[in-house]
Amino acid sequence: MTQWSTGRPRRLDDAFLSAGSSSFSEFVSAYRPELLPSGRRLPSGASIEAPHGTTIVSLLFDGGVVMAGDRRATMGNVIANRDMEKVFAADDYSVVGIAGTAGIAIELVRLYQVELEHYEKIEGAIMSLEGKANRLASMIRGNLSLAMQGLTVVPTYAGFDLESATGRIYSYDVTGGCYIEGGHHSTGSGSVFARGALKKLWRPGLEEQQAVSVAIEALYDAADDDSATGGPDLGRQIWPTVAVVDHSGARFVASDVLEGHVQRVVAARRDNPGGAR
Amino acid sequence: MSMPFYVPPEQVMKDRADFARKGIARGRSVIVVGYDRGIAFVAENPSRALHKVSEIYDRIAFAAVGRYNEFESLRVAGIRYADLRGYSYDRTDVTARALANTYAQTLGAVFTQESKPFEIEIVVAEVGVDSDTDQIFRLTYDGSVADEQGFVAMGGASDAAEERLGTGWRPGMTLAEVLRLAVDVLGAGENGERRALDEGQLEVAVLDRDRPRRSFRRIVGPVLTRLLVEAPGAVEATGAVEATAGPGSTETVAGESGSASSASPADGPGSPTPPS
Repeated sequence: MTQWSTGRPRRLDDAFLSAGSSSFSEFVSAYRPELLPSGRRLPSGASIEAPHGTTIVSLLFDGGVVMAGDRRATMGNVIANRDMEKVFAADDYSVVGIAGTAGIAIELVRLYQVELEHYEKIEGAIMSLEGKANRLASMIRGNLSLAMQGLTVVPTYAGFDLESATGRIYSYDVTGGCYIEGGHHSTGSGSVFARGALKKLWRPGLEEQQAVSVAIEALYDAADDDSATGGPDLGRQIWPTVAVVDHSGARFVASDVLEGHVQRVVAARRDNPGGAR
Repeated sequence: MSMPFYVPPEQVMKDRADFARKGIARGRSVIVVGYDRGIAFVAENPSRALHKVSEIYDRIAFAAVGRYNEFESLRVAGIRYADLRGYSYDRTDVTARALANTYAQTLGAVFTQESKPFEIEIVVAEVGVDSDTDQIFRLTYDGSVADEQGFVAMGGASDAAEERLGTGWRPGMTLAEVLRLAVDVLGAGENGERRALDEGQLEVAVLDRDRPRRSFRRIVGPVLTRLLVEAPGAVEATGAVEATAGPGSTETVAGESGSASSASPADGPGSPTPPS
């Protein structure tokens, strides 16, 4: 029972008053485990079809990191959603992008956002970037039993390290392995094509705007060859979600700026569909 | 253990209340006071690490006097309560009123059931869209709740402090004005003598009405000095809000962190270099 389910305030349980953990997910898993994805049991051997989100690209630039995601969610051959957001601000200095089962992924991101804010409020300090990346890894690990039944979540985490004043990208595998990436990374079904594009387009010391443009072009290439990745939708004015993290924090690129980048990429591909240069 | 003598319940409650009151009166005071653009928290607290004022949620903050270990456990419980509620419902469903009720139940239960009451007094404040919708709840050791208007003083000599605040405070004061008033009240001694408090002995924070999402801000270092020292009227032009807003904060998407994105250099380990 909780304080609010009865509509009548009750005294705080010992779980609230106990000393120790500054982790929200640890608190919830002890107090209300059914609120966490890892606290749920699925019948073994069962599988369901649920919307999947796809391609996320991230790349470093001089003084920060850019993360971009397409907007499409698919369920089999059906486009389940064409303007879904897959890149989220995790806290002031980091962003997280998700590929995999959309429902679980969004739930994990929400939990992760609360986790970081919770730690910050209780400890009065922000967690190190490495610490934040490891927290995310342990949450992915908690999702392993769901992943084995097809409800996979594979995030990418990128943030600005205040200690070294550089951007960093962390990639994950389905078992919660956490790897630091140099330069660039892509995940999701279109990641193979996006990676090919990033290999050719990315170089060290890019400017922020160049990096945004590279991210959009890599997503364009992913959408070109992967049916589950949505390309820029000029008719509906749907652009990829692009987040930039630098010394001043995490922010999303405004849609009019994105439109400019998208128009340039699309124009450059007219009569040159592969982007040869 | 057997109970050798009958002690009337009135006497038990009175003893407990006296015990709690004595404990609280030993501590230094905390003042919570509304101003035109939010709610300010001013505590006499030489420690930089052990806070008497803390963020609970987007628009809600917590201030306490008394035994540190007791109010710290309530502070952490409040953050857990608010975060759990916001996570299972929505961020807008976390209210100071619900939190104050829960705290009141807890304090009341501890007062009557435990071997020793909490020797603390706390304030839960929520900043609204304007000063009429600001809420300041004061909770005492026995679980009673008071909905305060405008200002609260807690801790040692709080009656005298409230009286001084009552004469000095009026609605619509600026942040610099309420901070100077609060410091003045905190520094007033029993027999009319005055202690000068510099910013090293003060813990100051605000719930800033104009900030989106997380409105709690600690005010430290040069910004605090400027607010306390500058002549009345001089601060209004720049405003403390702009001065405390962190780099990139207007566009920050995850919500503005409490201490992390403030531009003040003394604001904590996470403070970045402000953009040039």
